[in-house]
Amino acid sequence: MEFRENKAIYLQIGDYVCEHILLGKWKSEDKVPSVRELAVSLEVNPNTVMRTYELLQNKNILSNKRGIGFFIAEDAIKQIKIYSKIQFMDEELPVFFRNLYLLDIGFDELEARYQKFVKETFTNP
Amino acid sequence: MITINNLNFGYSKHNLLFKDMSMQLSAGHIYGLLGKNGAGKSSLLKNIAGLVYAQSGSLKVMGFDPAKREPELLADICFIPEEFYLPSIKIDAYIKANAPFYKKFDYAYLNVLLEEFNIPISNKLVNMSYGQKKKFIIAFGLATQAKLVIMDEPTNGLDIPSKAQFRKVMASALTDDRCIVISTHQVRDLDNLIDTVIMLDESTISLKASIEEITQKLTFKKMKELDETVIYAEPALSGYNVVVPNFHQEDSKMDIELLFNAVIAEKKKLKPIFN
Repeated sequence: MEFRENKAIYLQIGDYVCEHILLGKWKSEDKVPSVRELAVSLEVNPNTVMRTYELLQNKNILSNKRGIGFFIAEDAIKQIKIYSKIQFMDEELPVFFRNLYLLDIGFDELEARYQKFVKETFTNP
Repeated sequence: MITINNLNFGYSKHNLLFKDMSMQLSAGHIYGLLGKNGAGKSSLLKNIAGLVYAQSGSLKVMGFDPAKREPELLADICFIPEEFYLPSIKIDAYIKANAPFYKKFDYAYLNVLLEEFNIPISNKLVNMSYGQKKKFIIAFGLATQAKLVIMDEPTNGLDIPSKAQFRKVMASALTDDRCIVISTHQVRDLDNLIDTVIMLDESTISLKASIEEITQKLTFKKMKELDETVIYAEPALSGYNVVVPNFHQEDSKMDIELLFNAVIAEKKKLKPIFN
């Protein structure tokens, strides 16, 4: 995993976990990798992964079964969308809007591009 | 795990390297010990391992005074020095001679590590490259299962794949009852591995804080133009890399080099923030 420049590592690991759930690589109600396993594979301090798992537990994305480990909540995908939407709106959208404004990009042009992107990327022929 | 109180240490009485140093280190953490050349990183590690003695003050490691070099304590310390001597014997002979000093020595784990680091057990120690020797003593040290692991510049001499392996090995080596202290200049090798930063400067600990605490109090970011809130700034491609107080509870990624330079340059501004 390539870490980005600005965002705290424990949040980036959170994004990594959420992406695995959204893409169906890790399925709901399954056990996620242990703190140690994930720390080793990402080459980070286990305490950092613990912080990520606690955050995701607070967001009701993971649940902690004491002594067994962390599990993906039944409605994790719904919870991730709520959590990620807030993050996107607060962090990425302002940067995006700023560029729209600076580059004089209109919403019509944007919508056409968006539809094309969705069609090309997410629909399987 | 380690309690240091009012420690004074120097290689000569008139020129003290540490003055009145105090700090506590506990199990369950990987501490990153940083400081300029000659700040005393290696000397502090040697004090903790009982290899040099302080002039005054107290230093306790797991309740023992390391200067007394009691076997019970030494069996629970793994010390990987920056410069080391290995005898002219084969690896298996070295293990046979040295492993019995450590009651909890894990032979199976050693084999796993040697395999991961790509070191054949029939090699003669002196015929190996510096990097291979280093990997061997790291593997041996971790296999001792010592509760206190002290490493002085462990990534020096390791090739690129070995550095990644080293990070994986260290991530799995941290347990709740283990304390790991790593001194380094290669901060980029280790910045996601350490959870607490200890900085030595001007005969004392100028900063000891967890990354969580540091990023709660400070924000690391890029700015186009400087303003009066900036504690420390360095010119960068599109503006400045800056350290500012964390006013808005931002969750930024700590830039360890920037932090290091900020602590050296702006001690007075940072001190009240961390006290």
